Amino acid sequence: LCRFVVEGHIPYLNVFQHFPEKMKLCGLDLKIFCVESWPVYEEVYNKMLELAAFLDLPRFPDITDSCFLHPDMLCMKYLMEANLPDELHNWTCRVVKKICIGEADFLTLVPGNKSTRNVKYDVLAAAVIVVVLKLLFLLDDHYEWLLSDFAEERNKNNKEGGSYFEFKKWYKVIKCSLDVEQKRLDEEKAKYLWRCEKPLFYSAKKKSKVLKRRQMVVNLQNQFGKLSGSAQPAEKPNPSSFQLSWSEENTDGSCFYGHSLKGILQEKCGLLTAMNPDYWLCTVKLCTEK
Amino acid sequence: SSHEHKLTFKKSKEVCLSYIQDAMLQKQWKRAAEFLTFYIESLEKDFSTEYMGPSEMIWRIGTEILCHHSHSSMKEFNSFIEQMKTLGVKRYLKVCLEHAFHLLCNGLIDEAYQNLSLAESWRFGEQTAIQDKEMKLIQAYRGLLDYYSWSKQKTILLEHGQDGFEDLSVEQEMHSCFRKAAVNLREIIKIPGVWDLFVKCYVDLLEFYGDHNEARQVLNEYAYNSKFPANPNAHVYLYQFLKRHGESKKSLISALKILHDIVPSHELMIDFNMMLQKSKKRKKRRLGLEVIFAALDYAGWKENVKAWSCLARQVKQIVNSEKHLDWIKQEWNSRKDWWPAFHFSRYLAKRNWQDNESLSCEKALVAGILLGKDCKYFKYVSHQGCKARVKRFRILKKFVNKHNPAYLRISG
Repeated sequence: LCRFVVEGHIPYLNVFQHFPEKMKLCGLDLKIFCVESWPVYEEVYNKMLELAAFLDLPRFPDITDSCFLHPDMLCMKYLMEANLPDELHNWTCRVVKKICIGEADFLTLVPGNKSTRNVKYDVLAAAVIVVVLKLLFLLDDHYEWLLSDFAEERNKNNKEGGSYFEFKKWYKVIKCSLDVEQKRLDEEKAKYLWRCEKPLFYSAKKKSKVLKRRQMVVNLQNQFGKLSGSAQPAEKPNPSSFQLSWSEENTDGSCFYGHSLKGILQEKCGLLTAMNPDYWLCTVKLCTEK
Repeated sequence: SSHEHKLTFKKSKEVCLSYIQDAMLQKQWKRAAEFLTFYIESLEKDFSTEYMGPSEMIWRIGTEILCHHSHSSMKEFNSFIEQMKTLGVKRYLKVCLEHAFHLLCNGLIDEAYQNLSLAESWRFGEQTAIQDKEMKLIQAYRGLLDYYSWSKQKTILLEHGQDGFEDLSVEQEMHSCFRKAAVNLREIIKIPGVWDLFVKCYVDLLEFYGDHNEARQVLNEYAYNSKFPANPNAHVYLYQFLKRHGESKKSLISALKILHDIVPSHELMIDFNMMLQKSKKRKKRRLGLEVIFAALDYAGWKENVKAWSCLARQVKQIVNSEKHLDWIKQEWNSRKDWWPAFHFSRYLAKRNWQDNESLSCEKALVAGILLGKDCKYFKYVSHQGCKARVKRFRILKKFVNKHNPAYLRISG
């Protein structure tokens, strides 16, 4: 939601532009509608809870495993976006089941009820993926590279039968893409235009001054815009659920969906488990938040 | 909630500004222009409580970009600056002044003059008094341009005079430019500061109209008023003026004295030394020796034949008279550790001999007296010179050999 707002798909900045003529803003109203910052996740989340309680809403519809907000679904989405093997989805579902966070009672929002946990669905799903990666790869900055080297060896010597997932290769691919995307995002941030054609003003007296200033700004923008060289970019792209996307049709092997986890798994009593027996808890103390 | 990560308007513009700065540092003018386009809206009323002060930033950045960007024109620049002038009353005169500079740098003298005149007539309540300094500068530069017009007309007049034409209107205009220029130039040079160009022009005007007294007063003020920063040029101008008007050696020498103190390596030190050498007063001759030694301490003088010939002449004169060898000893005391390697190495002997015989001859004399006839420099040069049968080297050799005792006295 925050991303869509920032990308301009949902009106937020300068919303008053779309108000009808009779809804003229003046005086203290300005403070409400004049946006000087983008909303932050925590703030929106807390406000959402407050609003739900304020409106005295009843228990929301149950969240089942076919709902988008269910960890099984979200994990699949995030695994795809992170370019991780499909096989990992089995593991995320196993973890979800094991710690009972897939239950409807746990997940469904009951406004105003202090005893139920308030679940941040996206954070939860991401956490499950991290836990799965730690279970399988340990992630102590040593073991995962070891496993990766084994997989690399096997892939070199065995061309048929599909690739084993190589952590190192995956990391390189995703880091590159992330860096490029981050750089682009940073530049976009620097290029946000916050003001609009219909500027706000406190009173009728200030109106002409404000409009004059607006005119100057537009003139200067045109003048330097011409000197910017390259043609202005195309209209903003359509909203998309995914920020990163990967295609299995790419022959450069940069898509890891179909890769296998065989190299790091073993069978024990009919069940597949990780070869890695340890889990590295790298926090100083446990989280106290309820 | 972590407010540091909150993207506010202020932060967004700060980030934008850093992109502009990076682009400018790398001379990527198109990219800088692109980001400036997004920065410009920070001029609009900011409803947050923090004041950003973007207008000065935009003025300076915009000016830089327009100066360097390949596609920008003078017309665009002017239109941009006119908008900048309306942005901040507190900065108005400064923007006008810098605009005028820019026009001058692009050879648009008339436009610059118009701008300055317009700025001069600006009044804005108490701002006028607050921006007094800028106003004085504006008037001073306008005065300078008046001088420039005067100078052009003077040239025309002189040409016509030669051709036998009389041009009353040109003459009248010339005098009017003079009056306008004189008023403003006189005002600015009253303020302590460095006004070299203005002083020169003002003095030029005064001399032309025969007001030598005023000219001398102006130059004296400029050179000797302690409120003004130490400025070697002030003394040079005074000296040149006095010389032009045939003043006595005494005043010429006193004019150069301070110059020697401030800039011992100045090119006028040769003239100074020559005047001092010839003086009847012992103190002056002593000073002359000090002056020429001090000048030759500087690398820029190493291969200057005139400087070495001055030193050689004075050394010869002292050695011949057998009086005041202690002067040479005093001067040599602080130099004997480093001058031999600096001036009199064997390498330099070879090079000087190859490049410039006269130079090597003068230097050899000095080396022979200061370091004795057995020193590398003298031996090499005199040997080469005598081998080549050049007369003056034979004379040199004889002289140094004859006066070896002098060397012994200096070194001992």
